[in-house]
Amino acid sequence: MKCSEFLHELTNYLDGVLDGPTKVELENHLSWCHNCYVVCDTTKKTIEIYRDSQLYELPEDLRSRLRSAIMKKCQQHKKRDSESV
Amino acid sequence: MGAIQNKLEGPVSDELALVRAAKQGDDSAFEELVRRYDRNVFRIAQHITQNREDAEDVVQEAFLKAYSNLAKFQEQSKFYTWLVRIAVNEALMKLRRKKPERTVSLDEDIKTEDDSLPREIADWSPNPEQQYTQGELQEILSKTIQGLPPGFRTVFVLRDVEGLSTEETAAALELSVPAVKSRLLRARLQLRERLGRYFQKRESGDGKQ
Repeated sequence: MKCSEFLHELTNYLDGVLDGPTKVELENHLSWCHNCYVVCDTTKKTIEIYRDSQLYELPEDLRSRLRSAIMKKCQQHKKRDSESV
Repeated sequence: MGAIQNKLEGPVSDELALVRAAKQGDDSAFEELVRRYDRNVFRIAQHITQNREDAEDVVQEAFLKAYSNLAKFQEQSKFYTWLVRIAVNEALMKLRRKKPERTVSLDEDIKTEDDSLPREIADWSPNPEQQYTQGELQEILSKTIQGLPPGFRTVFVLRDVEGLSTEETAAALELSVPAVKSRLLRARLQLRERLGRYFQKRESGDGKQ
């Protein structure tokens, strides 16, 4: 497997959807190609850091304010709908 | 080096029951759906719009749209995937209104060259995120993802942050599976390269280590 072929399969590999023979070939490539090993390892870390980051968590007070606003708008919509029938 | 473990969705078994009850006019069932997915929708919206007030608007508009169109939901996909599609469209519309000079669509930035190896291949420090405080780290992550084109960061957030499958991401964005995979690869590699500026091993002892 060449480096370009490794890159082509990287997403499938990280997502765990590679078929057996391709996975063996890719892991064999990683065992001797340091650059590809680093790319694979740091790409995996990138995903994990974002996934675990709790970036843009919705604070509880804002959350309940938004929920009230949503339900109020929904009820207004329902009322308008029933009046127009 | 194994595969990434996906963050699993909450229980979906009773989702359909809630949707059907909401269709029958049970607002408390709909409120339960809001409770279940509001944090996800907010996160997706803020990733796309990169603006908190816009994200708040998107959450409200997306749920209201879902509520008023619930009868049209055919139950052929998960409710959550349908809701995500509505939210992504609302968020992209916000972006378009704000940046009319640049057409924002999921189809932009397709014209990239064939897969090529990343230019910068430097290893990272072990546990690089621990070099920064939580606040610093969030700023780095936010600034870094902001630099990606909207089409790339949308695919990345749905697939890698929210844990939708490739097929669900494709359905939510009305893209083909190969298009999702190609964008995902580019998004992951671009983020990796950009984060490297903060996380890579330093030769000397200066800076944070």
